[in-house]
Amino acid sequence: MSADVRLENVSIKFGTFVAARDVDLTIAGGEFFSFLGPSGCGKTTILRAVSGFLKPSEGRILIGGQDMAGYGPNRRPTALIFQNLALFPLMTVWENITFALEVKGVGKAERRKKADELLELIALPGQGDKMVGELSGGQRQRVAIARALAAEPKVLLLDEPLSALDLKLRQHMRTELRAIQQRVGITFIYITHDQGEALTMSDHVAVMREGVIEQIGDGTSIYDSPGTSFVASFVGENNLFRGEVSGIEDGMAEVETNVGKLVARLPENAVKPLAVGDDAHIFHRPESLRFARDDERVNRIRAKIVNEEFEGNFWQVYFEVAGSEKVIKMSMVNDGSSSERRVGEIVDLVCDPRLTVALAEGPLAAE
Amino acid sequence: MGLADFFRNFFQRNGLFLSLFLLAAVGFWVFFLIILPQIFMIDFSFRFNLPPAEMGGPKDVYTISHYKFLVYGSEQSADSYNFIDLSVFLRTIGAAVFVTIFDLAICYPIAYYLAQVAKGGWARLMVLSLIVPFWVNEILRAFAFRIIFGSNGIINEALLALGIIDDPYPFIRDNIALYAGLGYAFVLLMIFPLYNAIESLDKNQIEAARDLGSPWWRIHARIVIPFAKPGISSGCTMVFMLTAGALAAPEILGGPSSLWFTQIIYQWFNTGGNWPRGSAYAIILLSTCIAFVLLMMRVFKVKLGEIAR
Repeated sequence: MSADVRLENVSIKFGTFVAARDVDLTIAGGEFFSFLGPSGCGKTTILRAVSGFLKPSEGRILIGGQDMAGYGPNRRPTALIFQNLALFPLMTVWENITFALEVKGVGKAERRKKADELLELIALPGQGDKMVGELSGGQRQRVAIARALAAEPKVLLLDEPLSALDLKLRQHMRTELRAIQQRVGITFIYITHDQGEALTMSDHVAVMREGVIEQIGDGTSIYDSPGTSFVASFVGENNLFRGEVSGIEDGMAEVETNVGKLVARLPENAVKPLAVGDDAHIFHRPESLRFARDDERVNRIRAKIVNEEFEGNFWQVYFEVAGSEKVIKMSMVNDGSSSERRVGEIVDLVCDPRLTVALAEGPLAAE
Repeated sequence: MGLADFFRNFFQRNGLFLSLFLLAAVGFWVFFLIILPQIFMIDFSFRFNLPPAEMGGPKDVYTISHYKFLVYGSEQSADSYNFIDLSVFLRTIGAAVFVTIFDLAICYPIAYYLAQVAKGGWARLMVLSLIVPFWVNEILRAFAFRIIFGSNGIINEALLALGIIDDPYPFIRDNIALYAGLGYAFVLLMIFPLYNAIESLDKNQIEAARDLGSPWWRIHARIVIPFAKPGISSGCTMVFMLTAGALAAPEILGGPSSLWFTQIIYQWFNTGGNWPRGSAYAIILLSTCIAFVLLMMRVFKVKLGEIAR
């Protein structure tokens, strides 16, 4: 059983500090929804408000259509997975998992049976009698998920639960989490500052900055059509150019930048539409930058190779461009062509206008 | 690791001077202040009470008569058992258990509040108001309780004024003043171990339990109390031992007809002039208390190492 979650103009204030401002969104039942943003952007605050540990200063939170005001965390159809998991160290694995059932007064035999079922679900069969301390990081992670699922919540809330794991395990757990979510079919609300996690797992992502939702969309629209400069700079890597809009035509903008005239797409979901004469930020992804063919004229940039890094499957190549104080970056698949270029060489690059976006100048994510 | 290795490591880590100081200080503490006096007491308790001239003479032999005296009393007495001393002994232990439970019941909520709920200045103010009364010395505090609980004391006056009672309640005769005084005397020794234990509990554990639907009492029963068990045992042990061994408070606050076992010991040493019997009584009190504490630790499955944590 899943339930939709609706936040109606929710604001949360601590004294004079506004942790969340006018958050208004609907999370459909059974979807995997992520709040993505840098630390301190208010995403955990929102999660705590949904779980009932915080009261919104303004607005309402509805779960399954029901106003949650006045319901404490123990009476909401939500279960929260904490960043540090908060497993109970003095209980065995199976007691941890079935704590919610113990609270409901379910008998021991039945609890034990349910624990075994859930251990099966999280691929830890037969580990019920261990203590939590005897498990590895990834196993503990799964026990935390099972413990939350045992409460049969309609909404599962996850507060950066993967951040303590190493990279390999984290990537594995992403797939696993997504699979578990699809198997149990309940609503997952996931908090993260890691865009990779948000993009791989989520049906929808809300990008937050300083308590405000900057953009809500699926992974591709967040990545390919960012609505603000902040979203573009926070999600993924970018080469950034600044300039002034000199012309607009057919959803494309011409921008005069320090590196010359660049043509870029205007994302249809841009929050602030650009007009001729506006200051603009141009974002271009390193993976779609490439060496120019002779006949390509648009967005052609002359650059000097200053460095290259080998990552096995990818080469990261860095360039200096006259007029741009920052080094620009190109990620290219290791196709065996590395011998054709040399550090110090002057080359021509091109960034496809359709893969380049122009947005109104605005705050950027911290590097 | 052998003992030699241990000492080599110890000296390497702390340097010669500090190592010698630590060994000497701890050695002095353990040997001269704990082991040696107790050995003398034990030795004493097995000797007859002889005039100084006969000490070391032919009559100075070991005996268990003082231990028997607590159980069977004087041979001239008509009773087959020493009912007076035994009942005082049992009442002392029982009262100490009661005071300990009473202190635990009062201190647990305070410690929990200080450790998990209160913040910043307010918490500091509370701790201060717990500590400051203990700057007043024990005797003065005991007499203050005597005044408060006396028949003309503020409590009786208030109860009379409110019409709850018609005559002053004999708090002192009924030992209520004594239990209150003893309970109050060791409140800090209960609060601080509890506070230490509860303070190190991750708040998320409490929130997680709450989020999983647990009512507050179950959070305490399943999460906080099991976690704080070492602190609870440590606090209870200290309060129990010190209450059973208290002298000043029973002396001042005790009712006219009720003795504390320590008072009997005191009488043997002092007015009774029978140090061996006093020693035997003291040793019995000490070993009973230790045995009781060990028994409780076994019942509640606490290890000695956890208490020292």
